Amino acid sequence: MTDKTEQIRIVLAKLGLDGHDRGIKVVARMLRDAGMEVIYLGLRQTTDSIVAAVEQEDADVVGLSMHNAGHLTLAPAMVEALRQGDIDVPLIVGGIVPDADVEALEQAGVAAILGPGASAEEVVATVRSVVSEA
Amino acid sequence: MTSVRNLPVDALVELALTDDRRAVGRLLTLVERNGPEATECAMMLHAHGTGSHVIGITGAPGAGKSTLVGEMVQQMVDGGSHPAVLAVDPSSPLTGGAILGDRVRMAGVTEAFIRSVATRGHAGGLALAIPGAVRVFDAVGYNPVVIETVGVGQVEVDVTAAADTTVVVVTPGMGDAVQANKAGLLEVADIFVVNKADRPGASDARRDLELMLDLSHMTGQEDASYRPPILMTNSLEGEGHSAVIDAIETHRRHLVDTGQLAKRRRRRIEFEIESRLSTVFEQRMIELKTDQRWVDIVDTTTAGTIAPPAASQQVANLLLH
Repeated sequence: MTDKTEQIRIVLAKLGLDGHDRGIKVVARMLRDAGMEVIYLGLRQTTDSIVAAVEQEDADVVGLSMHNAGHLTLAPAMVEALRQGDIDVPLIVGGIVPDADVEALEQAGVAAILGPGASAEEVVATVRSVVSEA
Repeated sequence: MTSVRNLPVDALVELALTDDRRAVGRLLTLVERNGPEATECAMMLHAHGTGSHVIGITGAPGAGKSTLVGEMVQQMVDGGSHPAVLAVDPSSPLTGGAILGDRVRMAGVTEAFIRSVATRGHAGGLALAIPGAVRVFDAVGYNPVVIETVGVGQVEVDVTAAADTTVVVVTPGMGDAVQANKAGLLEVADIFVVNKADRPGASDARRDLELMLDLSHMTGQEDASYRPPILMTNSLEGEGHSAVIDAIETHRRHLVDTGQLAKRRRRRIEFEIESRLSTVFEQRMIELKTDQRWVDIVDTTTAGTIAPPAASQQVANLLLH
């Protein structure tokens, strides 16, 4: 099993064509300040580039930031890409996800969803609990 | 669903040697944690060395190292090589956290194995983690292995200097010839790169480095058969990267031809053994601090009965026996 006391390594990325990266930068900083190692991929990633990064970095969890209403397509695609790559790390989606879509994402295998206004404490606690449950 | 994360080291090593990237990634984590698994991994992989060329790339933050490495590594891939990158970024001394952002600059790179490494606070950690990670890449058959570090901190300089070929990246405006002659990183360079060469002051930077090398030559510090080249690059236009790759190859051949490659590698092993020893002694010292004998020695020294050098000698005797 993964040693829960070890430092969490998280891959953070924007998937597809979505240029709104203020939020993900704030989240990166929150997680850094909570003592995590944040592997920051930035904008315009593909499911393949994220899978490659997760493999090479041996990340514990993936965080996707989504602000372009593509989450119902892209988040399940990401879950599927990780599954195809035989990588069992959890996926967290943050950004603009309407309440009505939360259940669909959870059904698709997204481990947690963080909406606008989530506090630093909430973000950090969610990442920690998702990793420890994985 | 299977997960490589739960496999024992020997199974991971077996998978890694088939270039299973998840297994390689997992081994790198174990090596970085420097626990018993790291030792086991080193024991198993040391004999598998393939003699990969190790390239250290260093320079001030923002000099353009990651972008340069990304461009070069992609060219190496296109040329049929199988490179790996260790991209080192600092951990926060306050929280231990880190933002490892080098992959952002290497976004276009496919095929190469890129691993981000945080310096982590603990003393000597990086000095053990880097050789350990290089050993994994070397055994799996990645060649070359590129280590990218910000050239601040003694350990980072040592690690970079322990590479087969050390490339120092500077930018225009780094300072004048006096700066270039100060002791430090510039002394360990096998190749200089003046990056952002489209900016004003690039030719001045080049001239200052040339002058510095002239002085090294005059004082005999320089290896007479090899003078570090100074190359101009501009990552905006993608200019100069293949010249850097050629210069690395020229330097590698020089090392082989003069027998220096074997010497450098011996030095690297020596450096790793030294680092490991320091860690062992440090650990034992930390343990000793909970011992009454340590308290007594500190008390008698504080009382003025014995001097600190004598106290250190007593502690050393305790550590060694």
